[in-house]
Amino acid sequence: MSSNNLDQLYRQVIMDHYKTPRNKGTLEENHITIDMNNPTCGDRIHLTLKVEDGKVADAKFDGEGCSISMASASMMTQAVKGKDVDTALQLSNIFSDMMLGKDYDDSIDLGDIEALQGVSQFPARIKCATLAWKAMERGVQSGEES
Amino acid sequence: MINKEIKKHFPILNQEINGHPLVYLDSAATSQKPVQVIEAMKAYYELDNSNVHRGVHTLGNRATEKYEGAREKVRNFINARSTEEVIFLRGTTTAINLVAQSYGRANVEEGDEIVITYMEHHSNIIPWQQLAKERGAVLKYIELEEDGTISLEQVRAAITERTKIVSMVYVSNVLGTMNPVKEVAEIAHQHGAVMVVDGAQAAPHLKIDVQELNCDFFAFSGHKMVGPTGIGVLYGKKELLNAMEPVEFGGEMIDFVGLYDSTWKELPWKFEGGTPIIAGAVGLGAAIDFLTEVGLNNIERHEHEMAAYAMDRMSTIEGLNIYGPADPEQRAGIVTFNLDGVHPHDLATVLDMHGVAVRAGHHCAQPLMKWLDVTATARASFYLYNSEADVDRLVDGLRIAKEYFKDVF
Repeated sequence: MSSNNLDQLYRQVIMDHYKTPRNKGTLEENHITIDMNNPTCGDRIHLTLKVEDGKVADAKFDGEGCSISMASASMMTQAVKGKDVDTALQLSNIFSDMMLGKDYDDSIDLGDIEALQGVSQFPARIKCATLAWKAMERGVQSGEES
Repeated sequence: MINKEIKKHFPILNQEINGHPLVYLDSAATSQKPVQVIEAMKAYYELDNSNVHRGVHTLGNRATEKYEGAREKVRNFINARSTEEVIFLRGTTTAINLVAQSYGRANVEEGDEIVITYMEHHSNIIPWQQLAKERGAVLKYIELEEDGTISLEQVRAAITERTKIVSMVYVSNVLGTMNPVKEVAEIAHQHGAVMVVDGAQAAPHLKIDVQELNCDFFAFSGHKMVGPTGIGVLYGKKELLNAMEPVEFGGEMIDFVGLYDSTWKELPWKFEGGTPIIAGAVGLGAAIDFLTEVGLNNIERHEHEMAAYAMDRMSTIEGLNIYGPADPEQRAGIVTFNLDGVHPHDLATVLDMHGVAVRAGHHCAQPLMKWLDVTATARASFYLYNSEADVDRLVDGLRIAKEYFKDVF
């Protein structure tokens, strides 16, 4: 019954990222800062990115929110770190498709992110999972302009 | 006592959610609707639908009678002196905005004060923020006591000779606190200020008597009191409403229209621009009939009992913190809480998977969340169709959630 569905949402790897988030904190210098929140529920993220030579050289996040939003932020920083900006944005698109339950491009290794697939079955929680990705998109785009 | 059979009047409650019978504990967000309200609106559309205040034809007369009949039901429900004091609007938000934009703009000047509290819903904060910015006025907040109540000493300290408007929630949508709005109105009047009451959470649960409260304005919404969405009421004292300008102009609210100048209808219609919310008013009238038959005193008693039972049962769960007054007699059927180690969203998802609907988030009261020093909370709110069995289901769900997340921290 329902605890199986819950297990689809709260996969082991998600709880691991929630418990021991990767890249938690704030970059000290030469960074882009993005603050975003989810106005309906109060989740918030403070993301700092270092973009150099078209690459996401470093990424850290801080914030408050539920297990899904914080685990997603942790996974996002892990996924985009060291990738070039185009790949980071491509990952963001794939993630968005995954959340909408669409077929998504699986030619790129998604690693831990794939564990969030179950969120698409919980419409109320999709915004939790996409918050960090939206912040990243905004950050790298503003980095390209400046 | 409320008969447990009352639940049968609410068709929506008779369904399964995720394989479990639905337990609806989110009535503070919106209440469910009894078949009597649904049927009244259906009958209006099937038999009487027409535009009001203009028809020479029979349907026009019937629709007008139903619409104005609903206004009389509201007048009686809140004990206003006259139906001229009952304005139909979209809801509490629209009603408070009307007061801010009409009364506020005309009476608040630079350096004047508007006094509200830390426990307001956003709908009773932002209209005043905007007014204060526009007029160069000062927005002041009344501090809360440790237990989330309001003391009259703090009220007296906040209200001065410069205060023009005091606006306060009657029942907090987060803490459940019932505020002493009658006493606050008296203090406001001693200083020449008007008293606005946000009654959105009060009208569904307590007998409202605007003359007894002696407030100047009282706003509430139909959908929280077993009525439909899209209809609400602003009560205002006749002498104040008469002196106020409308904020919406167009059809229905005019007396005479010239090329360059127009005049307004009498009260209450001058504030009801456009084709009114006729079916909504009919639904609200049916909701008032329903609540009146159950008895507001019975509903209030039931809420205290539900709050008492819920607080008692929930406090057996280790790590569960309840916000607001500890005495259930001081609160309506609203219990806001957090469970250590489980974020409210995660909690709400686990409960939903067990058929229990609660709210999670900031409840449109971000300044209060800041005062509580939390970013989000979970809230269970009870209404006349809830029973002790629903509380038991909630408590079972909370124990499951606690167990499910126990390995996380």
